Amino acid sequence: MKKLVLAGLAISFAAALSVSSALADIAVATAGPITGSLAALGEQYKQGATMAVNDINKAGGVNGQMLKLEIGDDACDPKQATAVAQQFAQKGVTFVAGHLCSGSSIPASKVYAEAGILQITPASTNPKFTDEGDWNVARVCGRDDAQGLVAGNFLAKHFAGKKVAIIDDKSAYGKGLADATNAAMVAAGLKPAIVESINAGEKDYSALVSKLKDGGIDAVYMGGYHPEGALILKQLREQGSKAQMLSGDSMNNKEFWTIAGDAADGMIFTFAPEPRNAPEAKELVAKFKAAGYDPEGYTLNTYVAFQMYAQAAAATKSTDPKTLSTWLRAGNEMKTVLGPIKLDKKGDLVGAKYVWYVFHKGDYAEDDSIQ
Amino acid sequence: MEYFLQQLINGLTLGSIYGLIAIGYTMVYGIIGMINFAHGDVFMVGSMTTFIVLLMLGVTGGSGPFIIVLALALVIAISMAVAATFNWAIERVAYRPLRGSFRLAPLISAIGMSIVLQEFVRIAQEGRAKPIQPIIIGKKILMTKVVGNQDFNVTLSYMQMIIILSTLVLMTVFTFIIQRTSLGRAQRACEQDTKMASLLGINVDRTISITFILGAVLAAFAGFMFFMYYNVTDFFVGFNAGIKAFTAAVLGGIGSIPGAMLGGLLIGFIEVMWSAYFSIEYKDVAAFTILVLVLIFMPQGLLGKPEVEKI
Repeated sequence: MKKLVLAGLAISFAAALSVSSALADIAVATAGPITGSLAALGEQYKQGATMAVNDINKAGGVNGQMLKLEIGDDACDPKQATAVAQQFAQKGVTFVAGHLCSGSSIPASKVYAEAGILQITPASTNPKFTDEGDWNVARVCGRDDAQGLVAGNFLAKHFAGKKVAIIDDKSAYGKGLADATNAAMVAAGLKPAIVESINAGEKDYSALVSKLKDGGIDAVYMGGYHPEGALILKQLREQGSKAQMLSGDSMNNKEFWTIAGDAADGMIFTFAPEPRNAPEAKELVAKFKAAGYDPEGYTLNTYVAFQMYAQAAAATKSTDPKTLSTWLRAGNEMKTVLGPIKLDKKGDLVGAKYVWYVFHKGDYAEDDSIQ
Repeated sequence: MEYFLQQLINGLTLGSIYGLIAIGYTMVYGIIGMINFAHGDVFMVGSMTTFIVLLMLGVTGGSGPFIIVLALALVIAISMAVAATFNWAIERVAYRPLRGSFRLAPLISAIGMSIVLQEFVRIAQEGRAKPIQPIIIGKKILMTKVVGNQDFNVTLSYMQMIIILSTLVLMTVFTFIIQRTSLGRAQRACEQDTKMASLLGINVDRTISITFILGAVLAAFAGFMFFMYYNVTDFFVGFNAGIKAFTAAVLGGIGSIPGAMLGGLLIGFIEVMWSAYFSIEYKDVAAFTILVLVLIFMPQGLLGKPEVEKI
């Protein structure tokens, strides 16, 4: 009986192998927090990736081969991210547009490097991702040293002589961004009055809020994700503080307002110039909206990651991840829905910019008057 | 002074919520001597149900006070019913069959149930944070001082008052139930010796089921208050709150209801005061260090009875 089962297993394995070698589809993937508190951001990835793969396949695929999309859920947890990365490696994925949280992207990139997988992140901004990354990493977003510089200079300019608090959530992204902002602010001549770290995932920030209130804080810079940022802002207002809140790119979703409510009014954050406003993206945005989805935040960045992959493959007539990576990092210009873009030798976006956005009446928008 | 008072209010509110959950841990432990690790997740189910029912009823802060009170009463009732059904079913399915086996079996089963509840809600509800706009708004300003160019107002919101008061009331009611009613007598009998209690005509299974239902009712109430206070919940809130409440129950002396309440208040108080005067990063370290210290010097907890070995 046992032998029979083993033989059966062997046959099915052999069958599985021959099937996968017979398939001409290329396995590609996206990974991010599909579930968990950042699911709103994961949804952006999912929507962007699905649309991109459909469009590429409709246009004839990559070098004549169709793409098959896998979606991985890392819940923004570093441990789960490496597990997802290993699953992708087993499934023979050759390209991943992911992950979202820097804390997930960095450990996952090591797995991808070993497995020979190309990784382009649409959103992870921590400098370490490319600085310490292997041959296989690239990104479609800016870096936190650039983002922190914008925020730090802004704080030093507008809150000179006032009290600024810097808060982070201890995550790779949040702490990295808060530290970069702090450093830039100090370099520009303003020392923070309070520096604190919080535990992400908690709901009670009343002790922190009272501390900020007691410190007479005029501005709070939050390095972290929107669920915590929104709660802190809401509890600040509930305790009667009028301090201005500032933050970074992960606040770029309307869920911030749903959690914080009217307290969110006037909150400002930095992000790349609104992707939805790019002239090349007009048609795509209309297509998304017709399908009932507003492609906010990183949706278009995710779409672009796939476009970059397809263009690199077309230009090199190859789908070998190493060849593609070399081509991507050689400074070749790519035509994307965000306009023409280029990567540098490390895989960072050339000429990435950060501008200020402001929340007002349930939505956020780029505001050029904030400089 | 003003700062201390504000932090005291913060600590009391947080501690009250921990205390409410801790009572559930302590009651179950008192009777069958096991830790119901799924209790924190029953609390989460309570807060989730509150969210769902509130959305279904469509009440907002703008509805009239009469409608709000009526709707909230309905919400509490439904959350309690749902949470009680869950906890009853958990006991029936996962704990009762293991009652006679070795001590660790129901504990592992409880951890399993905790994961089951969490994953069930995560999958059924997508795992996103569930926010509403505040319904009970308004606050009292108790004191004012000037910090720099701003006023520091010591605020006590109506929600905080409601939480602290209702917790005290519930603790009194439950202490009364255990000490003075026939149900409480049956519970205490089961606590001492289940076999003897059943020989004397007490329906042990029923008593234990009722205990789980009462525990769930409290957890659902805590879930309701939690949601009304923070206006947001998700599938994971039960884990954090559960750990803290369990700690509170142990600190106060597991098995003692006033102890659970006291433990909850203390944990909330320590966390907040540590955050207030030291680094927020280390508040959990501080809370658990104090727990360890208390247990070294008072192994039975603050209000627990020393365990006497019967020979």
